[in-house]
Amino acid sequence: MREITYRQAITEAMDEEMARDERVILMGEDVGLFGGAMACSKGLYEKYGPERVIDTPLAETAIIGGALGCALTGMRPIAEIMFIDFTGICFDQIVNQAAKVRYMLGGQVEVPMVIRTQGGAGRSYAAQHSQSWESLFAHFPGLKIVMPATPYDAKGLLKSAIRENNPVMYIEHKALYNNKGNVPDEEYLVPIGKADIKREGEDVTVVAHSRTALMALEAAERLEVESGIDVEVIDLRTISPMDEETIYESVRKTGRLVCFEEGHRNVGIASEVSARVTENCFDYLDAPIMRVAAKDVPIPCATELEREVIPNPDWLVTAVRKVLGEREKVPAAVGYTSCV
Amino acid sequence: MTTVESRLPLAGHVSTEQAIGMLRTMALIRAFEDTASRLYKEGRLPGFLHLYIGEEAVAAGACANLRPDDYITSTHRGHGHVIAKGADVKRMMAELFAKKTGYCRGKGGSMHIFDFKLGVLGANGIVGGGIPIATGAGLSIKLRKTDQVAICFFGDGASNQGSFHESLNIAAVFRLPVIYLCENNCYALSTPQRCHQAVPRISDRASAYGMPGMTVDGQDVLAVYEAVKEAVERARSGGGPTLIEATTYRISGHHVGDSAPYRSSEELEYWRRRDPIEAFQQRLISAGIISEGDVKAMRKSIEEEMAAAVRYGEESPSPNIDEAYEDVFLGRNMHGVLI
Repeated sequence: MREITYRQAITEAMDEEMARDERVILMGEDVGLFGGAMACSKGLYEKYGPERVIDTPLAETAIIGGALGCALTGMRPIAEIMFIDFTGICFDQIVNQAAKVRYMLGGQVEVPMVIRTQGGAGRSYAAQHSQSWESLFAHFPGLKIVMPATPYDAKGLLKSAIRENNPVMYIEHKALYNNKGNVPDEEYLVPIGKADIKREGEDVTVVAHSRTALMALEAAERLEVESGIDVEVIDLRTISPMDEETIYESVRKTGRLVCFEEGHRNVGIASEVSARVTENCFDYLDAPIMRVAAKDVPIPCATELEREVIPNPDWLVTAVRKVLGEREKVPAAVGYTSCV
Repeated sequence: MTTVESRLPLAGHVSTEQAIGMLRTMALIRAFEDTASRLYKEGRLPGFLHLYIGEEAVAAGACANLRPDDYITSTHRGHGHVIAKGADVKRMMAELFAKKTGYCRGKGGSMHIFDFKLGVLGANGIVGGGIPIATGAGLSIKLRKTDQVAICFFGDGASNQGSFHESLNIAAVFRLPVIYLCENNCYALSTPQRCHQAVPRISDRASAYGMPGMTVDGQDVLAVYEAVKEAVERARSGGGPTLIEATTYRISGHHVGDSAPYRSSEELEYWRRRDPIEAFQQRLISAGIISEGDVKAMRKSIEEEMAAAVRYGEESPSPNIDEAYEDVFLGRNMHGVLI
């Protein structure tokens, strides 16, 4: 199988779907000739022209509302918002309009639109360009939230999202664009709403998504090599609606769960996974569930500070050892007895 | 719409000291940006860097009208505004290095340089994010019954945001002392102005809000100075807001690393020939206000200032890890100490 990057996977998915269905259009700031601020739409403008790859003015509200209007009237738009942090500007159009229109109208309409955006930290871009807002959007019924970790999932999920007749937020991670991975030549889809067991294991379940799924795999390797601990890594892939059954099945097997995400710990995806497992698998749990997530502070610019507040594989290793009852002395940051 | 052409000779418009001050401010901004660009390319600065090269006359001409207690709001391309408002380039450079001694103690970085004491109400990472905040400062000025003013800097791209429309409407209705200074640098990231708005003159929009609007040559520091002077006088005396469009050009890419393939070399060359610093320097020399020797001395002092700033930034300590947890709220830190 050939290897392509996460970025190329996204471009290919849009390219194939635009070729397949002429109602699919891409709109957003600098997505045309420039090829997108994250270079995900390179070549599409040349191939499909300015009527299908539309450079919009800098106006997030009108981009999302415009996409919604298109979706309601016969088009299948992909709207790009350069940074998820900027969805604050068009929050109304996403959560009050796109997410609710079908329900409010008693099911009269279909809303085949995709909001493509990217989030995450790791680049010292500071507080307004580094956030993980998936939990915010996952709160709202009516939106599907998809977050790929690998090029394979990036392509397959985006193709599914474009074919979906409900609004989908497709959230990329800014640190993953150059990651390479195997992607088949032939066409395939990755279904929305289905988690992926990225690594099978017996001792403890880790539920992660986007970049933390890759960090979880790294931590799992280390735990196996260093301590013979067998970690099962579930990549949610779709945040909402969540594939609960895959998680429950795993927890019933391992009896232990660590939820791992890059969003803030307060009211996050990890909290949600933890709550659901507590409600549904309590009798199977051999240890309290742990959450590993970003600290509850805005993301600072300084590299040292960003590293302090954004989770990394070390944090997960510590948490996994803890749920397994290992009384290992872990050096703590000044004033903090635990990093989870 | 009126177009302001600055008049020659300088006498009667600005004093010799003011003129030299504006030249120095512009040259200092340029030196800061050139230095930052070099450091960034050498991998010595974290994060993002958006340069103000080519647009210096706007900040320098506008801020020359302001008192220390007046306010500005800035943008992601904010270094020039903050320097023109009187910021210390050492602390700015330290912030670019994300050091403890920086204006934001390393938490903000390039996009968020902010000195509240100088009336800088924030550079901003969100395009159009500062426009309502400047409007709010204007409302506060009115309610507190002072004669301060606020200058709101933003770009041509931001003028398409809803926040622009909402803010200018409120400011006009409430007659707020705000000068909306749109730096039309021809591009919203890669998108040329003609492709993102159908009105060629952004100042034409002023009439839709019921406020005066004008377009000024943003490469001419005196023209900017005079246009803003009139608007500031109007605002201070209760006459309400003004929309000024300064036509200028972003010589650099959108950020350091953007090679800007979307524009022609002819266009770039045209604007390079209209360098605001070179033009004003020549004008002051021709008018006999400064000599070549004065210019040399000025350049040398700026070079020294920048070298000191880089040393200060580089040698300053990084923030303590504890500081990551401070200032989320006003209150006590994890050690129980009031912060």
